[in-house]
Amino acid sequence: MSTLHTVNKSPFANQSLISCLGHCKDGDAVLMIEDGVYGGLGGTGLTEIMANAAKSVSLYVLSPDLAARGVDAARLMQGVQGVDYAGFVDLVATHDRTQNWL
Amino acid sequence: MTIKNFLYVNRKAPYGTIYALESLEVVLIGAAFDQDVSLAFLDDGVFQLTKGQNTDGIGVKNFSPTFRALGDYDVTKLYVEAESLAERGLTADDLQEVMYEDEDDDWAEKPSIKIISRAEMADVMAGADVVLSF
Repeated sequence: MSTLHTVNKSPFANQSLISCLGHCKDGDAVLMIEDGVYGGLGGTGLTEIMANAAKSVSLYVLSPDLAARGVDAARLMQGVQGVDYAGFVDLVATHDRTQNWL
Repeated sequence: MTIKNFLYVNRKAPYGTIYALESLEVVLIGAAFDQDVSLAFLDDGVFQLTKGQNTDGIGVKNFSPTFRALGDYDVTKLYVEAESLAERGLTADDLQEVMYEDEDDDWAEKPSIKIISRAEMADVMAGADVVLSF
């Protein structure tokens, strides 16, 4: 029984990603979409928090949203995986529920 | 019909955006479908339940009294996160009283609001069949 969480806002603009991580159970997945993809960058003020979260939660970014913003996948922190739209669908299908952190 | 556990997650303050009012509207509509409904209030969502709201000066409806009608629709589980309250300098005393009549207990009046920890909130979320976010 696990949850797919989606986050669509930059963690530098509001607390949604942080709140999301604070409510994840071990084995959950967090998919960062839209402006949320900035949460997956390495070398930011949040990278340590994200690296810690990655120990118990799977972290993903939606690659088309990353590409749209001109962010090269090489800028992602270690442990964050890019997925395409089909991968997004697979994540939804393989978890028991989806929770959107608006 | 299979009864599903629906959780409405409220994370926005009441009047700056339409999310809070829309959530309440959807809860009231959903209540007609005889499902098991719970509401979660965390982050700025806890501001929705503060008492003493007065919107006379801003020209929008004060919908906070509507929470007190939820009991009549068998919506009796309003979970409020303790950490979110504390971070905002709020205590349980700052929240309005929301009661329901328990038909299984001779219609005794009981509080609908339950203040729970962040860890317990995570359990509530993980226990839902369907999560609707606002």
